[in-house]
Amino acid sequence: MPSEPNHVVEFPGGYTRSVGPVIGRFLSELRDGRMVGVRTAGGRVLVPPQECDPETGEDVTGEFVEVGPAGTVTTWSWVPRPAKEHPFGRPFAWALIRPDGADTALLHALDLGVFEEGAAPPKFLKTGMRVRPKYRAERTGTIGDIECFLPEVTMINPQAALEYRLKGGQALGRFLEGVAEGRLIGHRCPVCEKVIVPMKGFCPRDGVPTSEEVELPDIGTVTTFAVNNIPDPRAPEVPFVSGYVLLDGAGLTMLTLVAGIPADQVRMGMRVKAAWRPREEWTHSMSNIKWFEPIDEPDVPFEEIKDFM
Amino acid sequence: MAKSCAVIGVGQTQYKTKRLDVSMAGLLREAARRALDDAGLTWKDIDAVVVGKAPDLFEGVVMPEIFLADALGATGKPMLRVHTAGSVGGSTAIVAANLIQSGVHDRVLTLAWEKQSESNATWALTVNGPFTTSLVVGAGGYFAPHIRAYMARAGAPDHIGTLVAVKDRQNALKNPYAHLKIPGISREMVESTPMLWEPIRYLETCPSSDGACAMVLASEDAAKKAPAPPAWVHGTSMRSEPMSFAGRDSVSPQGGKDAAADVYRQAGITDPRSELDCAEVYVPFSWYEPMWLENLGFCGDNEGWKLTEAGATALDGDIPWNASGGVLSSNPIGASGMIRFAEAALQVRGQAGDHQVDGARRALGHAYGGGAQFFAMWIVGSDKP
Repeated sequence: MPSEPNHVVEFPGGYTRSVGPVIGRFLSELRDGRMVGVRTAGGRVLVPPQECDPETGEDVTGEFVEVGPAGTVTTWSWVPRPAKEHPFGRPFAWALIRPDGADTALLHALDLGVFEEGAAPPKFLKTGMRVRPKYRAERTGTIGDIECFLPEVTMINPQAALEYRLKGGQALGRFLEGVAEGRLIGHRCPVCEKVIVPMKGFCPRDGVPTSEEVELPDIGTVTTFAVNNIPDPRAPEVPFVSGYVLLDGAGLTMLTLVAGIPADQVRMGMRVKAAWRPREEWTHSMSNIKWFEPIDEPDVPFEEIKDFM
Repeated sequence: MAKSCAVIGVGQTQYKTKRLDVSMAGLLREAARRALDDAGLTWKDIDAVVVGKAPDLFEGVVMPEIFLADALGATGKPMLRVHTAGSVGGSTAIVAANLIQSGVHDRVLTLAWEKQSESNATWALTVNGPFTTSLVVGAGGYFAPHIRAYMARAGAPDHIGTLVAVKDRQNALKNPYAHLKIPGISREMVESTPMLWEPIRYLETCPSSDGACAMVLASEDAAKKAPAPPAWVHGTSMRSEPMSFAGRDSVSPQGGKDAAADVYRQAGITDPRSELDCAEVYVPFSWYEPMWLENLGFCGDNEGWKLTEAGATALDGDIPWNASGGVLSSNPIGASGMIRFAEAALQVRGQAGDHQVDGARRALGHAYGGGAQFFAMWIVGSDKP
């Protein structure tokens, strides 16, 4: 750390600088929120303008050309730990920026967003990156009238949420009433006579209403399953098994968590029973059942379950 | 009697993880302009526009027909949006074809797309309601148990899925638009990748892609004026069924069998394996190749894996499937079905480039969606039916 100064020399009121017709035009345009360059006899556009062509030493022409506002970063230097004289108190970049229409680049600060002190330069900071000036609202005719340059807008992130008031409906409501009492209720279809659980109030295959309630045991058979290695907040750990369980007496399977056994030991045809949460935690929700876990019964042969997949 | 319909223009974008350089409209216009150029037409020549995209939550665009009407040159013209989950690209093309076959229009522009990078499809497929716990984690979580059921039912050996994963990625190396390009792809490489949803390995799944596909469909009169050879539509078919009902076969759904039977009948096909020259079939997880070989009647029950194992579906096999690299190599979900339909058309037009199947004259395009419950298929040929 540099030590604090113990002696300051400062001309009262500060030195003045006459800027002349070329730099003066540049600063006047800046105060109006525009950038101009000046054309050389050879046709190049210098930004910031100078009174002479640095390549030939000849006077520049009197022609001023509006450039930018957008420009291209030609090179940059990342400042991970800004000093107190710097325009930002957080990491930023110094960049040489060639405004569109100019043949030279000007030096300015590039604000790339909020970073922790000491952060590495972001990947999107690149030579060739497109940037635009951010002008101050109050301008006085100095290079500081441009507060900094900002990357061009390449993406927006509008926030949206759809809000619902959902009801389970008659059939699902009745099913969940049963679940709240520790019972699994289905409907028998009057046409195909299969038991649909959870019931929907109709048979999706036959297209008829259903109303005959059938209570099923909380015991069944795993028909098929996936071993999931992708974490999910609804599952206790990875890997977890999502399996189709055919409750005894049901006409179709239910998708549930299968646990209480290592994932690599779950089998097609394995007999399972619902593992209920403690009774005092029961609500009108399928989450009353934590998962289905194996019971000590022989596996069901594949032949008997293959038509339920 | 339906009037003839032909594909006279096909346009695709490069498929890649992120197309951050274009807006959604810009992406679509890129595909549309290529299709119009192929057809030798301009926006003003188009009578109607039919668009399809993945379900709204996938990229958060709820009414694309309003959002995109002007960008797609539909001002003052009919514009329709089609919505059938993952099969949407196929059903969108069929709705567009119907507008020609009914004699209503002469030139219809149809497009399908997805910018998966704007969101996350696995999230969209996993959103839960408050009353049930679905426990499905993305499409792979849904399809993995059905793949396991197929393997058990058909007695298929474990490595069949690996073979498809390799074959489709080898084909992708010949397709300039394909997203996944894995030089030197091999069984060992696929088998070394982790199980995501056992029995599905990482390299047995499709990528997440940004991309769009467009086609110009035309009446017979309009097709005669097209600069390049057309692909004639020989048949189209769609079927749907509920996701869950007693007696449903989730491995080989009836809807798929019925749609296939219907489209073969229209095209006069009795043996698809010998009478078709190639097929572009929606295979987002490698095991769906043998599963759909059976569902689509290319072989008998439990025989699909044997065709795959014998190399019948390879580019040099007797019935190449997914010469383009398929969904396993490029998957802008909303567009994936239309890409299958468009690639089938490119094959019979002789315009498939390095992945051209020699002498292809009749091809199947296929798409499925939801819980394998929406099916869309067409057969296209180089001869007018």
